[in-house]
Amino acid sequence: MSLWEYANPVKFLALSERVMPWLWVSSAVCLVVGLIWGFFFTPDDFRQGSTVKIIYLHVPAALMAINAWFMMLVASLIWIVRRHHVSALAAKAAAPVGIVMTLIALVTGAIWGQPMWGTWWAWDPRLTSFLILFLFYLGYVALWEAIEDPDTAADLTSILCLVGTVFAVLSRYAVLFWNQGLHQGASLSLDKEENVADVFYFPLLVCIGGFVLLFLALVLYRTGTEIRVRRTRALMAREAKLA
Amino acid sequence: MRALFFRDLALALRAGGGFGLGLAFFLIVVVLVPFSVGPQSALLTQIAPGVLWLGALLACLLSLDRLLAVDWEDGALDLLATSPLPLEGILAVKAAAHWVTTGLPLVLAAPVLGVLLNLAPGGYGVLVLSLALGTPALSMIGAFGAALTVGIKRGGLLLSLLVLPLYVPTLIFGAEAARRAAQGLDPATPLLLLAGITLAVLAAMPFAAGLVLRVNLR
Repeated sequence: MSLWEYANPVKFLALSERVMPWLWVSSAVCLVVGLIWGFFFTPDDFRQGSTVKIIYLHVPAALMAINAWFMMLVASLIWIVRRHHVSALAAKAAAPVGIVMTLIALVTGAIWGQPMWGTWWAWDPRLTSFLILFLFYLGYVALWEAIEDPDTAADLTSILCLVGTVFAVLSRYAVLFWNQGLHQGASLSLDKEENVADVFYFPLLVCIGGFVLLFLALVLYRTGTEIRVRRTRALMAREAKLA
Repeated sequence: MRALFFRDLALALRAGGGFGLGLAFFLIVVVLVPFSVGPQSALLTQIAPGVLWLGALLACLLSLDRLLAVDWEDGALDLLATSPLPLEGILAVKAAAHWVTTGLPLVLAAPVLGVLLNLAPGGYGVLVLSLALGTPALSMIGAFGAALTVGIKRGGLLLSLLVLPLYVPTLIFGAEAARRAAQGLDPATPLLLLAGITLAVLAAMPFAAGLVLRVNLR
């Protein structure tokens, strides 16, 4: 029993179909509980008032935007090294989800920034590097869409993902050099010192859990769709050959 | 390899438009800037380093889709790929030829255009130096982008979308160095970082580009 068994599309689909209902339900439960808890049952912040509550969307979305790219990187590597089609399709399936997460983070950030910083947008390193990440996502998806042959597309996008990762990290630190920050430091970290107060912390954790589960469910769902699209195309090609 | 380099140079020189076009584009972008932001010389002095860098970057981008597409269309690229030269070397040479025909003229023309934008007197030397350090990276990253999109019809727009985000670090450090020098500050740190990025790109990018081109030639 190894993880690589699920590189077989049939086994992958069978497993993902068994897991997916649980993922959907648990992510819905987490999000509903976390968001209601966060929105209605936590106090307003001393200085930020009720605008602090956008943290329950902003932070998990930003976290998932980066993790989605990281997942695409791992999936691309697996495709390059072991050439499992499911892996390449999973990377393809994750990209649009990552775009939406990036957009949610940018938009909620702007909505929060307007009353708090007095501006919708500032050329702050964090904001800028997220915008650059968004551009990388766009290029990645555009390249997938532009190439007809699926294996060529998978190869090219995987290499683009690897090169893009290097440059995204480079840009992240280059913008740090280029401008001073307006964005606050990390609200979450593994060493307890920097964390937000517990009242906000626990609903936030629930929301993050909800976002992770939602991301997993969406990626599995979309990967399944991609596999079926590939299958249909193969079937149609075979019938066209017979006819 | 040398033969290929001179062949690419000769093609770019004789095929009309390749050589001068980037330069003319650079000129026109720089001329359009005062029309769009107004002719106040203080404002122009302030934005000159950034505008010159951005103009050079766009001019570089303009000729990228011809870097491999011409050879792809007439089959020369397949012949090159079957030659004993490594594909990585071919791409590095092509990027070098692209730099000589596009990057180098831009570097040499930048001070002249700097006069048009009222660049501060201290900025000229570092502007030229930063462009000379940065444009090779632009050509090499561009060769990677061209190799990615070579098989796609009308890949030019996609090429820009893919390549421009990769240009971000180079642009940041290059323009920062030019700006610091123009304001009389010490530009050494961004110049060193810029040179580091260029060296890393020159060392690693031919391999990524070769990998991608091999997939496209399959």
